[in-house]
Amino acid sequence: MSLLEARGVTKKFAGITALDNVDLDVAERELVGLIGPNGAGKTTFFNCLLGILKPDAGAVTFDGRDLTRVPTHRRARLGIGRTFQRIELFTGMTPREHFIVADRCRSGRGSLLRDLLLMGRPSTDETARSESMLDLLGLTSVADRKVESLSLGLGRLVEIGRALMTEPRLLLLDEPSSGLDRHETGALADTLLEVHRARGTAILLVEHDVEFVRGFVERVFVLDFGTLIASGPTYEVFADVAVRKAYLGDLV
Amino acid sequence: MEELISSIIRGFPQGCVYALVAMGFVLTYKTAGVFNLAFGAQAFISAAVYYDLHVRDGWAILPAVVVAVVVVAPLLGLVLDRMLFRHMRTASQIAKLVTSIGLLVALPEIAKLLLDLDENTYGTVGIVPNGRVTYHFSDYVVNRNDLATIGTVLAATILLTVLFKFSAIGLQMRATVESPRMTELAGVNAERVGATAWMLSSLFAGLAGVLLAPLFPFLSANSYFELVVAAVAAAVLARLSSLPVAALGGLFLSIGDHALRNYLPEGSIIRQNLGPSLPFVLLFAVLVLLPALQRRREVTDPLSSVDPPPPGLASDDRGRALTIGTYVFGALVGSAFFYWIFFEANRFWLGRYTQAAIYAVLFLSIVVITGMAGQISLCQPTFAMIGALTTAQLVTRYDMSVLLAMVIGAAVTAAVGGLLSVPALRLGGIFLALATLAFALFVERVMLKFEWFGGGARSMEVPRPTIGPWDFADNRAFFVLCVVVLALTGFAVILLRNGTTGRYLDALRGSETAAAAMGVNPARARITAFAVSAALAGLAGGLLAMESGRIGEQAAQGIFNTFLGLVWIVLVVTLGARTVEGAIQGAFGFVIFPELVLKRWLEIAPTWHYVFFGLVAITFAKHPEGILEHNKRQSLNFIQRQIDRFRRSAPPSATPTVGEVLGEPVAARTGGDG
Repeated sequence: MSLLEARGVTKKFAGITALDNVDLDVAERELVGLIGPNGAGKTTFFNCLLGILKPDAGAVTFDGRDLTRVPTHRRARLGIGRTFQRIELFTGMTPREHFIVADRCRSGRGSLLRDLLLMGRPSTDETARSESMLDLLGLTSVADRKVESLSLGLGRLVEIGRALMTEPRLLLLDEPSSGLDRHETGALADTLLEVHRARGTAILLVEHDVEFVRGFVERVFVLDFGTLIASGPTYEVFADVAVRKAYLGDLV
Repeated sequence: MEELISSIIRGFPQGCVYALVAMGFVLTYKTAGVFNLAFGAQAFISAAVYYDLHVRDGWAILPAVVVAVVVVAPLLGLVLDRMLFRHMRTASQIAKLVTSIGLLVALPEIAKLLLDLDENTYGTVGIVPNGRVTYHFSDYVVNRNDLATIGTVLAATILLTVLFKFSAIGLQMRATVESPRMTELAGVNAERVGATAWMLSSLFAGLAGVLLAPLFPFLSANSYFELVVAAVAAAVLARLSSLPVAALGGLFLSIGDHALRNYLPEGSIIRQNLGPSLPFVLLFAVLVLLPALQRRREVTDPLSSVDPPPPGLASDDRGRALTIGTYVFGALVGSAFFYWIFFEANRFWLGRYTQAAIYAVLFLSIVVITGMAGQISLCQPTFAMIGALTTAQLVTRYDMSVLLAMVIGAAVTAAVGGLLSVPALRLGGIFLALATLAFALFVERVMLKFEWFGGGARSMEVPRPTIGPWDFADNRAFFVLCVVVLALTGFAVILLRNGTTGRYLDALRGSETAAAAMGVNPARARITAFAVSAALAGLAGGLLAMESGRIGEQAAQGIFNTFLGLVWIVLVVTLGARTVEGAIQGAFGFVIFPELVLKRWLEIAPTWHYVFFGLVAITFAKHPEGILEHNKRQSLNFIQRQIDRFRRSAPPSATPTVGEVLGEPVAARTGGDG
């Protein structure tokens, strides 16, 4: 049974059909790619999956549960984590604080009363977990710097770490490699695969970097002008003529 | 049908007044990108100049109008642009709002001090000769001032619409609001366009000011302010962009007002008081119900990323020794101060410092809602009023113990705050501020008149509490009680800030989308912040009631005036809204500073403190952590560096410069996919 299932997702913006009847599914522990040229509707689709945008038609189910009436923060708590293409970090906070607050979200321990009873300080557990995440992503040396002073590449890592701290069953990554150089991209792919192996996190990846996608995912969906033009195992899709026309400009 | 026609005709002149102000408001928003609550203050200045020249000095109408409207008003606009808003074109809406509130507080006081306008400014006149001469059309009466307003509104609607539709400068102004840099790249001098925009909107404010002066029996900045708040409903209806719709909205507001009055039961308190406060109710309704506002996101300059990221807040990294040192220093100074007040101070100063302690508790509520949740609430006085009156009602009606009553009062206020925040939740920034302002004015105008709430004409006695052997009727003992409450609430606020609640709010301020995508429930976090903030204000209200010994409709109106709420926000935000010290400093600024520094040391009128703090508010854009907090951190950092240098072993400054870590700052590059 698939973990995430989107059926007939349609979204219109003032006459422009950004998404037209898109079907997509991700199985448990699966690595899936979603590719398409600029403006194909990939980020819009992510926003529909998380409920940041309400689709005009279609439904999204997660783990067999219909998400239509579930608000964004509940979807996150059900186990969908995401990163953003234009990175969205909490200004004024350090990477360590990002991870601790994300950990609180996962555990859901946090109430006014608890705060007032001096229980608001990070517990040893939380400290240890955030410490190991900092270590995994190689952020230890900048753990206590405000995120505004970090480079784009490090900022992306903080976003990924924040998403991972909530221990999602499905991680939605929106162009994680943009702003990273080749070396950093390779390291990121390794880290993600490591997490995937260790925790069985399913990953849905939106990406421009063809090499990254080809080497990373098992299955690919291709969006063009809001419609799904191809889907299937990675090697098959990349051999498809239509895909090459739409996305790769017939160069590959 | 006849009633409707009658409402239309009766409501028309007043509607034109709203239309004029609403258009001015939209004009400033469109051309200068500022949600200018100080519009009324600008209007007041021209009205004051006109009053001074024409009524007092006996100038003829024409030269007086020319000086007040054509010379003074644009000049003021130019000064505001040069000194302030030019540097804030890409600042956040909240920063601009705080600045405009600061101006709203400061400008009228400056005018009053410069022109020597005391309270006695009766006899305002309009800009047409014999303005009060009336004309009769069958049953209806219109005077010449009304006609002047109607004519001006028509002319202004046409002229401004033409300006925006067909002239280059109109287009350039709108472009400059969107992105000054992009406009510059297109070969337009954005600085000059911005200055022109301010001069134009200020001219309009001045025109409105002199036109509307005869509406009020005497010249008062407050009347102008309330008029602006009322007219904002019309401006919001026009979604802050269409001038003709704003004008129509103004007419609609007034006509609806007249029509509605026909349906309300005669002689009821609602009918008596809802009339003047109907615009506030409408404003609240419009804000909460208009779906476009809820989905509205702040427009950011697409080229804002070419600017370096805003200067980081002065960082708060200090070594252990220095941290302990500051605590010890603070404790020593605090206890010496406490000792002096407790044993040495005379009755007057003891009372003042007791009040300061209570106001510090009150200002903690601003620390929670503004410093922690990042929202501007303009109804903190209302929360305090609800706390005070609930305490008094419980004591007088049910003979309850006053301490218990105070706690219940705080709980009731928390519930009100939580409930209020539910409809207002989806509104961001400026619209939330406006909704709270509308709520505050509504409570002050309508609710306070009900006896079950305000207590009627006679004020209610509120005794001081006794706990076991301690009787707090004694002023010294009561002072200690207030300090204890301050210490407890201050500690609670620190715990919340460092706890999960504070972290969630920090995350939401950083990025609401990301916080929600991580699992933070934005609605719950905000409702909590509002409720806690309201509870603190309500608690302080109860203490204030005990302190004065009695509270009633009159007293409540004076102590918890909505306008004071603006002063409080400006004070706390300016001095440091993030910290408990900020609240305490704010209380000193509000209670002690005018008495001690202005009256005794400088021997000038205490109203100068409005000028002083209003003008300091303009530093908010640069130092959002508060000017005192900023300087405190700076000096502590300096001391820390000296200590480090002295030791030579410790690493240098803990704050890296931007780009020192790795390449570009986060904000500098963003992808372009949709």
